[in-house]
Amino acid sequence: MTLIDDLNQIAQAAQADLDQEGVDLEQVRVAYLGKKGKITQVLKSMKDLSVDEKKAVGQVGNQVREAIQTSLDEKKEAQAAAALNAKLAAETIDVTLPGTKPKLGNRHVLQQIMDEIEGHFLGLGYQVIDDPVDSPEVETDEYNFERENLPKDHPARDMQDTFYITPEILLRTQTSPVQSRALEKHDFSKGPLKMIAPGKVYRRDTDDATHSHQFHQVEGLVVGKNITMADLKGTLLSIMQELFGEKHQIRLRPSYFPFTEPSVEVDVSWDEVTEDTKPEDIRWIEVLGAGMTHPNVLKMDGVDPEEYSAFAFGLGPDRFAMLKYGVEDIRQFYLNDVRFLDQFNKRGN
Amino acid sequence: MKTNLKWLNEYLKPGLDLSEQAVLDLAQQIELTSVELESAGTAAAKQTGLVVVRVDSVKPHPDSDHMVITQVFDGQNQIQVVTGAPNVAEGQLVVLAKVGSQIVDRQTGELVTIKEANLRGEVSYGMLVALQEIGLADSVAPQDFEVGIHVFAENDNVQPGDDALAVLGLSDPVIDTDLTPNRADLLSMLGMAYEIAAMTDQTVNLPAPAVLSDQANSNAQVTVTGDAELATGYAVRVLNQVKEQRSPLWLQSRLWDAGFKPVNTIVDVANYWLLLTGQPLHVYDLDQVEGTHLEVRLAREGEVLPQEAGEEAIALRPGQDIVVAAGQQILSLAGIAVNPAVAVTAATKRVIVETGQFNPSLIRQSARRHNLRSESSFRLERGINLDQTLEVIDQVTAQMAILADAKIVPGLSKFGFDYRAPEDIQITQKRINQILGTDLSVATISALFKRLALPFTETNGAYSVTIPGRRTDLTIPADLIEEIGRLYGYDNLPTAMIDGQSTPGDLTPRQKKIRASREIMESLGFNQAISYALTTPEKATRFNLADDRAVVALDYPMSSDRTTIRQNLLAGLLDDVAYNVARSVKDIALYEQGRVFLSQGDDVQPEEREHLAGVLVGNLAESTWQAGEKDEAVDFYDIKGRVESYLAAIGIGTVRFETSQKHAAMHPGQTADIYLGDVYLGYVGQIHPQLLADAKLPAVFAFELDLENVIAHSQNPVAYQPVSKYPQISRDLALLVDENVSQQAVLDVIQANWGQFLQHVTFFDLYTGEGVPAGKKSLAYQLVYQDPMDTLVETVVTADFEQMTQALETKLGAEIR
Repeated sequence: MTLIDDLNQIAQAAQADLDQEGVDLEQVRVAYLGKKGKITQVLKSMKDLSVDEKKAVGQVGNQVREAIQTSLDEKKEAQAAAALNAKLAAETIDVTLPGTKPKLGNRHVLQQIMDEIEGHFLGLGYQVIDDPVDSPEVETDEYNFERENLPKDHPARDMQDTFYITPEILLRTQTSPVQSRALEKHDFSKGPLKMIAPGKVYRRDTDDATHSHQFHQVEGLVVGKNITMADLKGTLLSIMQELFGEKHQIRLRPSYFPFTEPSVEVDVSWDEVTEDTKPEDIRWIEVLGAGMTHPNVLKMDGVDPEEYSAFAFGLGPDRFAMLKYGVEDIRQFYLNDVRFLDQFNKRGN
Repeated sequence: MKTNLKWLNEYLKPGLDLSEQAVLDLAQQIELTSVELESAGTAAAKQTGLVVVRVDSVKPHPDSDHMVITQVFDGQNQIQVVTGAPNVAEGQLVVLAKVGSQIVDRQTGELVTIKEANLRGEVSYGMLVALQEIGLADSVAPQDFEVGIHVFAENDNVQPGDDALAVLGLSDPVIDTDLTPNRADLLSMLGMAYEIAAMTDQTVNLPAPAVLSDQANSNAQVTVTGDAELATGYAVRVLNQVKEQRSPLWLQSRLWDAGFKPVNTIVDVANYWLLLTGQPLHVYDLDQVEGTHLEVRLAREGEVLPQEAGEEAIALRPGQDIVVAAGQQILSLAGIAVNPAVAVTAATKRVIVETGQFNPSLIRQSARRHNLRSESSFRLERGINLDQTLEVIDQVTAQMAILADAKIVPGLSKFGFDYRAPEDIQITQKRINQILGTDLSVATISALFKRLALPFTETNGAYSVTIPGRRTDLTIPADLIEEIGRLYGYDNLPTAMIDGQSTPGDLTPRQKKIRASREIMESLGFNQAISYALTTPEKATRFNLADDRAVVALDYPMSSDRTTIRQNLLAGLLDDVAYNVARSVKDIALYEQGRVFLSQGDDVQPEEREHLAGVLVGNLAESTWQAGEKDEAVDFYDIKGRVESYLAAIGIGTVRFETSQKHAAMHPGQTADIYLGDVYLGYVGQIHPQLLADAKLPAVFAFELDLENVIAHSQNPVAYQPVSKYPQISRDLALLVDENVSQQAVLDVIQANWGQFLQHVTFFDLYTGEGVPAGKKSLAYQLVYQDPMDTLVETVVTADFEQMTQALETKLGAEIR
């Protein structure tokens, strides 16, 4: 038995130990490669050998040491990988279970429509008037009716049943009074007045699927030199295409409002209109009233109707929302059923 | 206004094409040029196979008491028809619905086909019908349905075999136009004739007027007086020896096509001329009138308008209702309703025919006051053609004399009729084009005025237009611009965008803050609600921020749950919560931004302020299958945290939460008032459990903020602070304090002793129980120190920290752990 044989045996024994299931690698390392390990012991006993023999044994000793070290490293890596796999396997969950969703708040559908209208007109250089001082919901008879060319006993007052608080104070039936309040303040040396006034209005109506005692309007008014009905038509076409899509068309029909002359009712096409659409196939839906501001209204607001002309329009967000989303009952807008509100949760439209 | 186009054609030259398609096209044109349409079509609708037959024999049914067997002749064949009509008799001309004919079922409105029927052993080849069974409404049929089948009169001029729908006028095309308040002229056939003539470029061909030769100022039998303030004109004529009571078929059918019920010749002719000319006419039975002097005056104290027997008389408003009276006897509420005691009936021999131009405003008030709208009042309050009144009373009287075989008493009694025609309206081609945005030539504009039959003169594009009496709506140049515009066609107007000076479109800082408030609320998970502003007096004030302002209530509410305008938003949101809870929606997060209304006295507008409020109910996350792993039910700190996040994001600096028991509708132990310095912003807390229990609601956490105060005090963006590159040092501070010391009190001391390098303080634990003496609680904070310019030295931090702990010990008796 030579020392070299001993070393080779040690190498085999070490490999056998490492191949055992669940082996403690540190124990193996200490037993074979440690300061008091088996290889060190063999190498200690070679002091009696010749220089050449020492050299040969030492060489083998180093080879065995390296081989064991390599096996140890491999084993260690394999063990770590197995441990990680076991850990990951233990952590596996059912990824098809629903996620924990933070609740996103949704904007009310009427607000969405009003925001769309507001954005459009801001882009066209209009100001938005919606604060309590310039656009009060509780109005005077003077501003709500008389300044709108609706004197007391005017038959057109029948068109709007009114909630009165006193004979002179009422819940506004329209956003039109905002026009007069804005005109009183406007400085025409700074250019034309271009404004919209979104807000709540009230009518003495019994609530049902198509009537609500509270609803919304967005009043629009442009006063300047040379404002024409063609401008009104272009402006209405642009807002309707914004709301309903750019392939929709509008048409104007004669109507009557005490505060505009000429007055028109505006219809929007229910479907898109292309060059191939036959006129008789277009379904028209009545959506709003508009017109050239009545000279009496301008006069009462201190504007000379000979020098200035104006157009005005009244948009109905409730009606737009009903048309756009197929809502059949206007009361839905004011009941705030979460299941209703949550349906209008798409953004960036 | 229901316009019978066949009738209308009598006044149009060359006349309208009345084919079905042409009528539909005309209807479309009316909508685009004139007024809205209710309908276009015929009363006959899709009915077919109705024929005039002569009843040749009537024999009893062998097996029925209430039916008879008739043999009728349709001009070609003898047909056996079994009928239960109580009024059938030999020799009558009646209407047969033949086998195979289609008629509209009176009850269902559906089209049914008449089949050969075996009625108790006898075969019936069709059905004899009443007008109500072939498309006429009960309200206009001259004979009650129970009376039986329709029987033609001898002078109706019909033959067996005639198309019954045609001779009854039921196949005449009728367009029903909606009316705008200004177009009073479209409430008459003549007005419609002018309108449609203008639209279709035809001329109006008026019937030659029958002017009675006696225009003397008084009448042998009746005299009149009155005030021109009440009636600008008033006239009566008298007819004697009235005989014929049934109007001819042509007259009756024109009435029922227009929605009027034929009654008797005198009444029918009056209605006919109302329809034709728009001039209201009333008739009285002279023999029932007390005396022969009529007075147009205001009602006096205690006067009433009698009603039919068994109905309560209508009390008239003294000094406000116009009446026509004969001494003490009220003949009519002028222009609106006639006293039944003086109404013309089948027995009437002597008739007063009245026409009046009553004050439109007073008429409107009376009609509204008494809820008595009539065809006459409707026209009077909109304005009638003052030019034609005297002409119409002559014509109507002449026609009554002919059709009722009566004698006209010579003489016209009248007062008033002293008015001036309106001045011509001046307008230029330039102005018309300027307003419409068009480039219309003088020739085009002149042609349009001609089509409108408005007389005018024109010089170099300057027009002077004479307004006929029928167009009471045309008073200013803008009215003429509308006439030109609509007739030229709004479809033909160009489409433009305003030129000239452009204006910046931007929101005000206030508007941006309100929009940002909505965005922040939505990011915090609240759905936007829009609730009703009108509510009950209790709810209007229940969650008020302060209770020092009176409520604003409606004078005449519609219902008891909508009487008062809100002073807070929470009450409305709580209604929304109740609505959702009742529908098994358990998790609710709603906010609302809107107005509240605070009275400033009885005769002035209230102060309106924007508020922001929110509610949280149930759980926070949408998915709850992990419930139980952690408690997700919302609590006070969830709503408070959201309010804090909102206030921070909107630019409100450090606020103070003070425990508050002043809100009766809130939980006294879980409600905090929110202050920014001295400014009261609102409150946050749990809604009072008793209130919730009463409404069967789960716990609701809520806040309400005065958005006006928030906006007024929200800060502008602050300057950027460089992020320090030097390390932070953090120290934990745990202290024992008495249970009744609020966290805010601790924080106040910390803030008062902030030191030089403290960056921020985070509260992270509240503990009571084991290890903490009774009556005490343990609070824990993390304090983070940093020097923006240099690396902090441990000793400096320790000095700062110790200064603070000493202050806590002395000020609050805290024990530092």
